[in-house]
Order: sequence, then structure tokens, then C-alpha cells
Amino acid sequence: MAAPTTARPETPPASPFSLNEDQRAIQETAREFATERIAPHAVQWDQDKHFPVDVLREAGELGIGGVYIDERFGGSGLSRFDSALIFEALATGCPTISAYISIHNMVAWMIDAYGDDEQRQRWLPSLCSMERLGSYCLTEPEAGSDAGALQTRAVRDGDHYVVNGVKQFISGAGSSGVYVVMVRTGQEGPKGISTLVVDGDSEGISFGPEEHKMGWNAQPTRQVVFSDVRVPVANRLGEEGIGFRIAMAGLDGGRLSIGACSLGGAQAALDKSLDYVRERSAFGVKIGEFQTLQFKLADMATELEAARMLLWRAASALDAKASDATRLCAMAKRMATDNGFAVANEALQIHGGYGYLAEYGLEKIVRDLRVHQILEGTNEIMRLIISRGLLEQQS
Amino acid sequence: MNIVVLVKQVPDTWSERKLSDADHTLDRASADAVLDEINERAVEEALLAKEAQGGEVTVVCMGPERANEAIRKALSMGADSAVHVSDEALHGSDAVQTARTLAAAIGTLESVDLVIAGNESTDGRAGAVPAMVAELLGWPQLTYARKLDTDGQSVSIERESDAGVATVEANLPALVSVTEKINEPRYPSFKGIMAAKKKPVSTLSVADVGLSADEVGLGSAPTQVVSSAPAPPKEAGVKVTDEGEGGVQIVEFLSGQKLV
Ligand SMILES: Cc1cc2nc3c(=O)[nH]c(=O)nc-3n(C[C@H](O)[C@H](O)[C@H](O)COP(=O)(O)OP(=O)(O)OC[C@H]3O[C@@H](n4cnc5c(N)ncnc54)[C@H](O)[C@@H]3O)c2cc1C
Repeated sequence: MAAPTTARPETPPASPFSLNEDQRAIQETAREFATERIAPHAVQWDQDKHFPVDVLREAGELGIGGVYIDERFGGSGLSRFDSALIFEALATGCPTISAYISIHNMVAWMIDAYGDDEQRQRWLPSLCSMERLGSYCLTEPEAGSDAGALQTRAVRDGDHYVVNGVKQFISGAGSSGVYVVMVRTGQEGPKGISTLVVDGDSEGISFGPEEHKMGWNAQPTRQVVFSDVRVPVANRLGEEGIGFRIAMAGLDGGRLSIGACSLGGAQAALDKSLDYVRERSAFGVKIGEFQTLQFKLADMATELEAARMLLWRAASALDAKASDATRLCAMAKRMATDNGFAVANEALQIHGGYGYLAEYGLEKIVRDLRVHQILEGTNEIMRLIISRGLLEQQS
Repeated sequence: MNIVVLVKQVPDTWSERKLSDADHTLDRASADAVLDEINERAVEEALLAKEAQGGEVTVVCMGPERANEAIRKALSMGADSAVHVSDEALHGSDAVQTARTLAAAIGTLESVDLVIAGNESTDGRAGAVPAMVAELLGWPQLTYARKLDTDGQSVSIERESDAGVATVEANLPALVSVTEKINEPRYPSFKGIMAAKKKPVSTLSVADVGLSADEVGLGSAPTQVVSSAPAPPKEAGVKVTDEGEGGVQIVEFLSGQKLV
């Protein structure tokens, strides 16, 4: 029943300072999902330490499970820039949920970027739909910042590797079906590392108890223990020895996402504060009348906007595969997670004693955002990466 | 089967809504505009029918240029194409003229089997347009559906009113209007959002649908709004102080208001 059609104007190109129609629609959809499906439950999930797998599956229907994954394998085929908008929007509902989804995306991307078509076909469709969840396994009890020193060993035995070792602090562990694991297949140091995709129901894999944490309670953090786990050689991503490179490449994008999650959490805290200062009275006036608070709010908005601009710049650089993308991603992660935490903490202060109560949702945001300064590379490690880039440039 | 969904862009229920002082029409600039939520449900129902029966879903919208955002939302959800009747002359059209325009727009499409609409828009709330469109098309109207089933030949609905629930059936082509209870609309997927801008939207003038400019719009509207005033601010309710009889007093109050 075709009617005559008229051509519609092409969407103008993305600018780092304003969003195009597609980007606004994507952002709005993620924001709507966060407001309707996540935010109303966020405090309860935190209190109950509940990982809402059913809601993740629902998010999968929107295409959130494979935001920047190839469409041929079930992904949404969007850019890193788009993903920064999405993770910020989701995090306004709950930074913890958004951050988990961002890790899941990082896992899918490693398979998309370094897997062959057979591997992509095998794992990506069910990851993109979020029928299966993914975990990223780099950190070990004795190797965090110095991840190149990891000790989990994979020894070749015919068509298999036999894997032994312990991964520490693994997000989603126990609930995930797909584990992308950095293992030692060769010499000491970063060059002896390879990446294996391990199915969660493999024999010999087990999980430590759930860690008791300051925040990020709406997702499990557990050890993953490998004892004589036989993993087919066909599950290795890329060549032997490039595992550390794969892990670091994943983290460039992962850091953008974590930064975006901090922006979203902090934005929600700022928005709550803007409402609160118009409602709450002290000394006979609304507290929003105090210039001290107005200036505080102004600084919060400025700090967030500055971090957002740097994050968008880094995301564009990663999309363009620019040579300074790694450094920019480190800068963006450092600034967005520091500013995000500071803004959330100020928002708590603005809420006075009520900010300290779980019911108001502020203290949860502060607790959640704290860990963003630690994981996916601590903010000290971000400075290490940034300064290394600077000094190399000088010489 | 080919399904048409009538969609309208309305001011967001959560934003402040105003009428313009000059002609008592909606001040569209004063509020955020969104696809009417009831229309999201109408689109959802059309998509479900399409998924079961095959065919195409076309959204038909009458509204200013800006209404293309609402159209785009419907296309992102999965509708296949759209017809947008947009013309300065339509400004201030009343329910009868709107129905005429929509019926004429539906007339430009070939072999339509089913038209789905919301039972009333959240802004105008006349609740008359779907019935009028059916009348103008000469098709059966099945209004206030809380459930819809179709096999491609006929359509059956559960019609809910204050009096009760009736099951109503008609052969296609027919028009169905749906209530808030019909379904939970899906979110558009990111792929759907990106695909939406490649879908055909035909923008038609009043003349393109075969009407003349003096048949529509404020000047020739059969009904005229002669005055309007903002609703008075809500007054404080009745306070019942519970001195042991609170429960009884509340029930008396509610039954006095015919609420229980
Ligand atoms: C809730 C949670 C979830 C996590 N999820 C995952 C996950 O899913 N997958 C995963 O692989 N890991 C995960 N991690 C691990 C996380 O990435 C590590 O905790 C982080 O990399 C830091 O390692 P570490 O804890 O061993 O600290 P350490 O490396 O021991 O660092 C201790 C301190 O020393 C500083 N430091 C270390 N080296 C230097 C240096 N060269 N210069 C200056 N300062 C330095 C650090 O900045 C830090 O302040 C998670 C952690 C937490 C808390």
C-alpha cells in the first residue's frame, strides 16, 4: 500500500558539541528504559544485593547487549560515541547496572574484534540478546594494576588447553555464561599471555563466595577458580601471545563506558539536588536561595560538562582509531570518574541528613561511583598511561 | 494484512499545557511534544498483528511539521511507512474535520484491512475521531478494545465500558480503537531507530488527499471554541479527624461522592 514518498533530509554529521537526530533518539530510548525499568528498583536491588537478570534480558531486546557489535552477528552496529550516550543514560537509573552492561559489551567486542567468523557466530548472537551474559577475567589475587604479571596458566594438551588458576573480582561471575579469560601460555610478562573464551558450564570451573562490597551491590563480584579446565584451542581469540594486547584494547573502550556511567550517576544526583533545593526550607527560605548552594550547583554542572566533553572527545578518537585514543580514553576515565564521584558526594551533602539515608538514593550513587576510580585501571594507572604518552611524545 | 495506525503528537502529559489566547487552540510551542502514549499502544497492537499475520503497518498522522518526531517514534518501533498530512490550512480543525482529513488520507492507500487508533487523545480527549473515521469510511467500528484478535479475515475485540465487557466481532476492513489496557508498548530498538530514517514517509497537503483548504481549519470548523479559562487551582480536600469514627466517616464521604 505504497503512497508517494518524498525524500527526507540526511542527518547532519555528529558534532562533538551537539547530537544529531539519531543520537538524540538513541539517548532518549536508553533514558526512558532507565527511568521506567531501572530507576524505580535501584535502591531495592542495592539493598537486596539483587542482580536483575530478567531486566538485563529486556534491555537486550533494545540492542543494549551489543551496542557497538557488528549487525551481522546480532549487534546494534553503533559507534563508541553512541555507546557513551547510552551508558550515561542507563546510569541515570543505576550506575551499577549500566556498568555491568558495559563490561558485558566489552566482552562481546573482544570476541567481535579478535574472533574469526565462526567464533563470532558461536558466541555473539546470544551475548547481544543478553540471553547469555559475559564476564571479563583479567585481575588475579596477586596481579591487579600489574596485570601483565598474571599467573593463571593454560598448558597445551592436543586440541585443548588445560587451565589452572584464580581470577579475582570478576563482575557477573557465577551468573555469566561466557568468560573471556587472559591466561599465560608462554613466557613471563605481557608477551606470554593469550585470550581464551571459556563457557561457564565447563567442567572444573567454580566460583568464590560473593564479595561483600561498599557499592555495586546490584551485580555479583566473585572469584573464578579454574582447576584443570579443558578449553578447546578453537576457543582462543587471535594468536598465542597477543592476549595482553586484546585485554588492553578492550579496556580503552571499557574506560569510556565506566566514565560514562560516572557521568550518568552524577547527573542523576545533580538532578535530584536541583529538585531538593527548591523543596527544602531552612531559616525561612528555600535552601536554593542560598548563594553558597547555587554556586555549588554551578560547579557541579560545570565539572560534569567538562568531563562529558572530554569523554565525547575520547570516544570520537576511538571511533576514528586515532593514535592518541588510548591516552584520551585514560584522561576521560580519570576525569569523569573523579568528577562524577565528587559531584555525587556534593549532592549527598546538599541533601543533608536525608542524603545519608538509603531511601533518597544519594548514598547509593556515591558508593557505586567510588569503585569507578579503582577498576578498569585505577586512576593512578590512568596517570601512568597519560604521562607515558606525554613523555614519549617529547622525546 | 495491511494495517493503518492513526497517530497523534501531543504535549507531554508531564509538561505544562496551555491554550493560546488568540484562538483557544493548543499552544504547541509551550510544551514538549511526544507520540501520544495511547498511540504507542495502537502501534504495538498493529505490530503484534503484523508479526502474527504478515503484512505492513502504515502510520497516518495529521499535524504540523514537528509531528514528524512522533511519526519517527512509531517507525522506530517497527511500523513500515508513514503518511503525514501537514498543511497550514489544517490549523484549528475540530474533530469532524480531523476525521474527514484522516479518512481521506487513508483513502490514498491501497487495500487497507484494519485501522487501529487510540480511543481518545490525551490532549483533546474528545474521543470521537475513531468512530467518525469509521463512519466516513463506511466500515464497522469496534471501539474501546482492551483485547484484539484477528485472523486476517475478521477482527474480534473485548470492548470494555462502565457497563461491562462485550465481545464484538466484524469482518475486515474495520476500525478498532484501543484503550490503555490493551498492551505494554515495546521500546524501539537501536536498530529500529537507525532504520526509521530510511523508511518512506509521504508528506501530503490537504489538496493531495482530495480536500479543499476551505473545508478544514478553524474558519470553517462546525464547532467553535468561544472561550476558555484555565482550570481553577485545586482546593484543599475534606479533612477527617479520626476520633474512633474515622473509617465510618470516610466511607460516608466516599458514598456521598458515589465513589463506593
Ligand atoms: C567491584 C569490583 C569489580 C571488578 N570487576 C573486575 C572484572 O570484572 N574483571 C577484572 O579483571 N577485574 C575486575 N576488578 C579488578 C580491578 O580492575 C582491580 O581491583 C584494579 O585493577 C586494581 O587492582 P588491585 O585491586 O590489585 O590493586 P593494586 O594493583 O594492588 O593497587 C593498589 C594501589 O596501588 C596503586 N598502584 C599500583 N601500581 C601503581 C603504579 N605503578 N604507580 C602508582 N600507583 C600504583 C593503585 O593505584 C592502588 O591505589 C574489579 C574490582 C572491583 C573492586
